[in-house]
Amino acid sequence: MTTLFTYTDQQDTRSGFGAGLLELGRNNPDVVALCADLTGSLKMDAFEKEFPERFFQTGIAEANMIGIAAGMTIGGRIPFTGTFANFSTGRVYDQIRQSVAYSGKNVKICASHAGLTLGEDGATHQILEDIGLMKMLPHMVVINPCDFNQTKAATIAIASYEGPVYLRFGRPKVPNFTPADQKFEIGKAVLLKEGKDVSIFATGHLVWKALKAAEALMDKGIDAEVINIHTIKPLDEAAVLASVSKTGCAVSAEEHQRNGGLGDSIAQVLSRKLPKPLEYVAVNDSFGESGTPEELMVKYGLDTADIIKAAEAAIARK
Amino acid sequence: MASIHELQRIATQVRRDILRQVHAVNSGHPGGSLGCTDFLTALYFHTLKHTPVPFDMDGQGQDLFFLSNGHISPVFYSVLSRSGYFPVDELKTFRKLNSRLQGHPTTHEKLPGVRMASGSLGQGLSVAIGAALSKKLNKDNTLVYTLHGDGELQEGQIWEAAMYAAAKKVDNLIATVDANGQQIDGSTDHVLSLGNLESKWQAFGWDVLHMDGNNMESVVSTLETAKSHTGKGKPVVILMKTEMGSGVDFMMGSHKWHGVAPNDEQLAKGLAQLEETLGDY
Ligand SMILES: Cc1ncc(C[n+]2csc(CCOP(=O)(O)OP(=O)(O)O)c2C)c(N)n1
Ligand SMILES: [Mg+2]
Repeated sequence: MTTLFTYTDQQDTRSGFGAGLLELGRNNPDVVALCADLTGSLKMDAFEKEFPERFFQTGIAEANMIGIAAGMTIGGRIPFTGTFANFSTGRVYDQIRQSVAYSGKNVKICASHAGLTLGEDGATHQILEDIGLMKMLPHMVVINPCDFNQTKAATIAIASYEGPVYLRFGRPKVPNFTPADQKFEIGKAVLLKEGKDVSIFATGHLVWKALKAAEALMDKGIDAEVINIHTIKPLDEAAVLASVSKTGCAVSAEEHQRNGGLGDSIAQVLSRKLPKPLEYVAVNDSFGESGTPEELMVKYGLDTADIIKAAEAAIARK
Repeated sequence: MASIHELQRIATQVRRDILRQVHAVNSGHPGGSLGCTDFLTALYFHTLKHTPVPFDMDGQGQDLFFLSNGHISPVFYSVLSRSGYFPVDELKTFRKLNSRLQGHPTTHEKLPGVRMASGSLGQGLSVAIGAALSKKLNKDNTLVYTLHGDGELQEGQIWEAAMYAAAKKVDNLIATVDANGQQIDGSTDHVLSLGNLESKWQAFGWDVLHMDGNNMESVVSTLETAKSHTGKGKPVVILMKTEMGSGVDFMMGSHKWHGVAPNDEQLAKGLAQLEETLGDY
């Protein structure tokens, strides 16, 4: 059994957000944070404690929170809003569309508990449509980092980018494997493993699983390339095309609906510029349910085994 | 119809069910569930005109209840099962894979007794108004009840619904607010003060009643009063004073037990305060 990738600790990506926000607070006086009664869940408590005058508790009123954040940009603040991914997107879509995206406001919409891996709370809280919703908004940047270090780096990076950003992260502790000092470049894919037989494009929690899948594929004699697409929009088209022109087929992997997610973004690039087989690892037109994160990833086809199967299927279609 | 004493005995068992459900999966929301136990017990075992079996989604000729603060599913599931909607034994499956007892109540898994998904806060009052209007169109003079958290009232949709119900004289509707003064990040006063709730609801045109939600006699009699106030051109709201964690001493007095499950030792300590009256599942 090949092992190429290891990690030293497991941490939740939301804690990476909390750590990044705290650091921003210390280095950038324009950064303000807003939260809708989920300060602990979003790991914003350290920021609140150190910068109470720059922390705004809105209560359970997400639409109001987005509106206030949009307003605070007028006068130069850089607002970071925090709530669960469902209440950061679907709940407030028109507020984001009109007051943030269309008005071109510099709001960072930071969303925890995305996808199935929040576990037992069930489908009402497990949004699997948020990437699609947000990437459809003109000029919205959509970022889904893969681990603690990358989420922290992304949080810091988006403060220096002028414009609306959707930053998506999650609840469970997952392997923390990207270097702590890695620079986060918005829109720049990260090549994690070179390969020649199939390109696996993964985002968020699926990146680690893609690496594990690549190791298992190696034992089967398949040399997979693994690329971390932490920025779904703008998509690093050049990286997608360079990889697929080498391997001739692709797999997308994400904790999201198949409709409208990362896979569809890659399909768009391939169908326009390089028609090659693409297999999706994503939730197939279904809501989630209660269960442990691990059980859910297996039941809904988002596990390492599913990536392996998809890679083999893509290769077979070459 | 159950007597006050019987209702109290049922409520004690429901509280045991709540602790055991959340403990088994180390997740879920005991605080608000315990606080609303007396209300839901009185509602399902005394006040509601309802037929648990066979469950009828349309519920014509039956009173309907909508749980808008869906996170207190443990108390809802216990009361539904104990009043016959589904086997009590099914409480074992709470929050587990392939269960009908989802973390927040849903219709997706077809659990009898649930007529609308909830969990994302602030939506239940609008839904209840819809069901109440449907009853009027059907010339069905039964009633629609709801329950909301007090933190939940911070959602704007609640006040859109409140304005609508009064303006359009939806007077077959009895809403209840779990005024426990707590939410996730702290007390409601600390997070975002609700101000004077009585004057707010009155200003919106509602008939406002008060009750002590952890006193069975107060709950039963206030619900009777509320019923007698329906049909008079105004929706009715009951501001129900409760204690988060009511019935388990170490869970009371703060917001800490909003969404945390007891460990083995805490479970034992909690159960010791609650007599097993109807038999554990
Ligand atoms: C729209 C929405 N925003 C946020 C949440 C997360 N959340 C779940 S319960 C809760 C606090 C609710 O407070 P309250 O209604 O007073 O209920 P209690 O804590 O008293 O049970 C929050 C913020 C949610 N479920 N829905
Ligand atoms: Mg409350």
